Amino acid sequence: MRILRLAVTAAALLLSFEATAQTTLRIGLAEDPDILDPTMGRTYVGRIVFSAFCDKLFDIDEKLNIVPQLALSHETSADGKELTIKLRPGVKFHDGEPFDAEAAKFSIERHMNFQGSFRKPELATVDHVDVVDPLTIKLVLKTPFSPLVAQLTDRAGMMVSPKAAKEAGDKFGLKPVCAGPYKFVERVQQDRIVGEKFADYWNKDNVFIDRVVFLPIVDATVRLANLKSGGLDLIERVLATDIKEVRGDSRLKLSTALELGYFGLTINIAKDKNKGALSQSEKVRQALSLAIDREALTQVVFNGEFVPGNQWVSPEHPYYQKSFPVPKRDIAKAKALMKEAGVTLPVAVDMMVPKGAENEAVAQVLQSMAAEAGFDLKIRVIEFATSFKQAQAGEFQAFLIGWSGRIDPDGNSYVFMHTGAPQNDGGYSNAEADKALEDARLINDAAQRKAIYEKLAKTVLNDLPLIYLYHRRLLIAHTNKLEGYKQMPDGLVRVIGLKLK
Amino acid sequence: MTDAVLGTIPVTVAEQVESPARRAFRRLLKRKGAVAGLIVIAAFMLMAVFAPLIAPYDPIATSWSAVRKAPSAAHWFGTDDLGRDILARVLYGARASLVAGAISVAIALSIGVPLGLLSGYRGGFIDALISRITDAMLACPFLILAIALAAFLGPSLGNAMIAIGISATPIFVRLTRGQVMSVKVEDYIEAARAMGNPRWRIALFHILPNIMPALLVQATLAIAAAIIAEAALSFLGLGQQPPAPSWGSMLNSAQRFLTTAPWMAVWPGLAIFLIVLSFNLVGDGLRDALDPRER
Amino acid sequence: MLNFLARRLVQLVPTLFFVSVLIFSLQQLLPGDPALVMAGEERDPAVIAQIRQQYRLDQPVPIQYVYWVKGVLSGDFGESLRNKMPVRELIAQKLPVTIQLGSMAIVIAFLIGIPAGIISAVKKGTAWDYGANLFALWGISTPNFWLGIMLIFLFSIQLGWLPASGYVPLTENWRASLAATIMPAFVLGNAIAAILMRHTRSAMLQVLESDYVRTARAKGLLERSVILKHAMRNALTPVITLGALELGTLLSGAVLTEQIFSIPGFGKLIVDAVFNRDYAVVQGVVLTTATIYITLNLIADIAYVLVNPRLRT
Repeated sequence: MRILRLAVTAAALLLSFEATAQTTLRIGLAEDPDILDPTMGRTYVGRIVFSAFCDKLFDIDEKLNIVPQLALSHETSADGKELTIKLRPGVKFHDGEPFDAEAAKFSIERHMNFQGSFRKPELATVDHVDVVDPLTIKLVLKTPFSPLVAQLTDRAGMMVSPKAAKEAGDKFGLKPVCAGPYKFVERVQQDRIVGEKFADYWNKDNVFIDRVVFLPIVDATVRLANLKSGGLDLIERVLATDIKEVRGDSRLKLSTALELGYFGLTINIAKDKNKGALSQSEKVRQALSLAIDREALTQVVFNGEFVPGNQWVSPEHPYYQKSFPVPKRDIAKAKALMKEAGVTLPVAVDMMVPKGAENEAVAQVLQSMAAEAGFDLKIRVIEFATSFKQAQAGEFQAFLIGWSGRIDPDGNSYVFMHTGAPQNDGGYSNAEADKALEDARLINDAAQRKAIYEKLAKTVLNDLPLIYLYHRRLLIAHTNKLEGYKQMPDGLVRVIGLKLK
Repeated sequence: MTDAVLGTIPVTVAEQVESPARRAFRRLLKRKGAVAGLIVIAAFMLMAVFAPLIAPYDPIATSWSAVRKAPSAAHWFGTDDLGRDILARVLYGARASLVAGAISVAIALSIGVPLGLLSGYRGGFIDALISRITDAMLACPFLILAIALAAFLGPSLGNAMIAIGISATPIFVRLTRGQVMSVKVEDYIEAARAMGNPRWRIALFHILPNIMPALLVQATLAIAAAIIAEAALSFLGLGQQPPAPSWGSMLNSAQRFLTTAPWMAVWPGLAIFLIVLSFNLVGDGLRDALDPRER
Repeated sequence: MLNFLARRLVQLVPTLFFVSVLIFSLQQLLPGDPALVMAGEERDPAVIAQIRQQYRLDQPVPIQYVYWVKGVLSGDFGESLRNKMPVRELIAQKLPVTIQLGSMAIVIAFLIGIPAGIISAVKKGTAWDYGANLFALWGISTPNFWLGIMLIFLFSIQLGWLPASGYVPLTENWRASLAATIMPAFVLGNAIAAILMRHTRSAMLQVLESDYVRTARAKGLLERSVILKHAMRNALTPVITLGALELGTLLSGAVLTEQIFSIPGFGKLIVDAVFNRDYAVVQGVVLTTATIYITLNLIADIAYVLVNPRLRT
């Protein structure tokens, strides 16, 4: 009897020891993600969660090079209309189903055709997918499209278990079954998303943490407080103004990378019903751009942590056109331009600003800077939910809005500047710009593409349908118990190789 | 009514017979809490009106060199995230709060009281209809109603007032209706009816004056609630728009700097607390002063 | 009594009808296109048109309304536009959280409000009375969200005693659960404590002046036993009924409080849904809230009639 009791105690001890030995990485998110179905997901924060659950055909490294993940290699045909992808052997989905060419074909076709798929536009140039052999697929394109491989490093390249996806239909996102390092366990809306280490993961030797929990906490101060108290291990989107505090705490570490996106003012050029001066003359737009001290703006609102910018990619990006540097503030020149344009001062501008403390702070700084050149920026704060509708309807003269950025420069430019493109809210249309945007899609060679984008920069930076302001720095803070964390410019939190002491 | 007896000497009538309003006011002044409330409200009103004269700085002038400075001799309440003087913003913010409180309650009164009169006095189908709609509105959380309305009308101080006013209306409908129901069976109403007065006359000249005290008390308390509601909407970004100051939106931006600049959250919150407390004190005082049972 | 009940139940039908119309017009009132909001950065016209069609957003409002009512009557509240979760499940997931928060708030309110009310009534006119009254005024005059922010500042940021946000289910770890909910529960309970204190005070005063208590006193009973045994029992019945009614008010108060403390309950669900234009969720949540509120009111009314038979006309 006593022996039995001892044995029970020992077993309990062992169990409890095991329980404590289990490591959990708790990640604080800035928002509650939307649906966890790679076909239907739309939010930036959702992509962070996906990176723990769903592997993609390709991934990127710190220098934005495309590297294989579930694929081994890719090859584009000479005419640019066929993309052959070799797949990694021995990969399994979370439900034990094998990942092969059929499964890859299924996933891509699901992204292309599923009702309500948000991947459709990303894969619009794909005509069909062929299975070449059990570990090779071929994407046959309608027209050459050089950003395609880059698309496959994101949600469009995420592979889902065909069996689970067929069974779940449009409810797949409630319990995603992919081939990533962690298996989906449960989700409580607005509270947490839990994953546990997938035992059959193809790269399991590099997964060291047993569980991962994502906790959405909207308030940045509270998020940081939780990190400091040990309630969280890693938080995303630290406020630039809180960096000093993170650096001052020896238990915390900061990981940063410059974002792929930008923040700027979209100018309504063709849809402005009031035909404001800003829409009528590029000189007025140039004056506004020159009136802004981008350096001071980032200093005041973001403690100088963000990087002033003037193009759709940041000055650190390989596609940045160095011959068009960020302009210095020049009030005299701005005033001269206003005079040349022959506008009566002050030029009133209806500036639409989506609600949010940082946005509003930026708007107020812009307002006071532009006033010196004769602009009267009228701040109209609007709910985020309403802003897109008004933007599409052209009910603004300037719209302060950011873009989270894509790996390929096409994703930061085409949809905003091409005539009639879905996000071209200001109705900008310039044949030269259109030509450059189209040409850049046809060519794979980086040097040649860069030359084409230079033409685009020349046109667009003169017309200024968008006044680019700055690039945000992705600010991730984590406990120093977490080892091996590297921040990539796409903002995702990669869990491979992380260790928790 | 001992005064009435003395009223037989015509000359002294004006001095001796005290109007109900005067009597209530005299009683109100006997209550320390209510007097303190009145003083604070008056002080805030003066601050709101004379803000340009009192405020040490322009409330919307940004100063890049004085961002988030702790309270000091130069800035008594400190500065905010854009280097604006918080004292000046609190002073100017009184305008938004007081105006929002007064106007939203005025809106609620001007819709709620007529509907309540109609409902209570007419009875029948109209009463049933109005009562059920009132019930339905009261069943939805007040703030959700206000948020939805404010979002619909678009974020601005004016629209927030309309949203709060409409959301507060059912309270006044219900109160007025209840009061009318209890007053309309009184003898003097019967008498007025017997004399052939038209219904609208009875409602406006005989019933309304008698339910005024109850409405006045409720309105004062509603101003307090409306000020909190305005601050809540502004806190959610649906009220006063930047750069114009409002206590609620000041709290909103303060939330981000709780660790680095806690003073940003202290002052506007204190201001809301003080003004709301004062209206509640006055409302309580009025309730007691107007209560016929308490002599 | 049966008559009264029947009448109240019949009245419920039009009230609920107006609630449903109100809820549906709220949705129509909200500006912005839910399909566009849902798409966010990924605005592609073809995809958006498809979503509109899928959720019948392209149909006339009355038809949308009929579909919705039909669904609700058969127990189907639709599904969230944002994450495809059935609204009923969302509600089932969130309601317990808010109920826990609300119950804790009510307990806090009773623990503070009733003793304070009794003391101030018994010691009318003394410093105790003033103190209790001041407390009540503080309670009803402090904006919820400011109190929340200040508590976070003090107990989480400065002292580090309590977590600043988040929620742990009671069943998982009760200590952590209480630690996470004590601040928001206090914020919610504080205001209700003030209201309860006032009602307790006036009810007690009335009872203390009643013949019944005078008789008890005249019989030479100890003051303490008069108050505890006789006065309190009589005074507290209506106060407790009222406290139950305050549960409805709690739901309203939870809206902002949950937002500030990131508590994944009902209030946060609805505010997020309004800002995300997640129509089905807004409708389902408001309908549930309204039904709870109406039911509580009904219970309170019945209780009142039971206590006060004269009202049974």
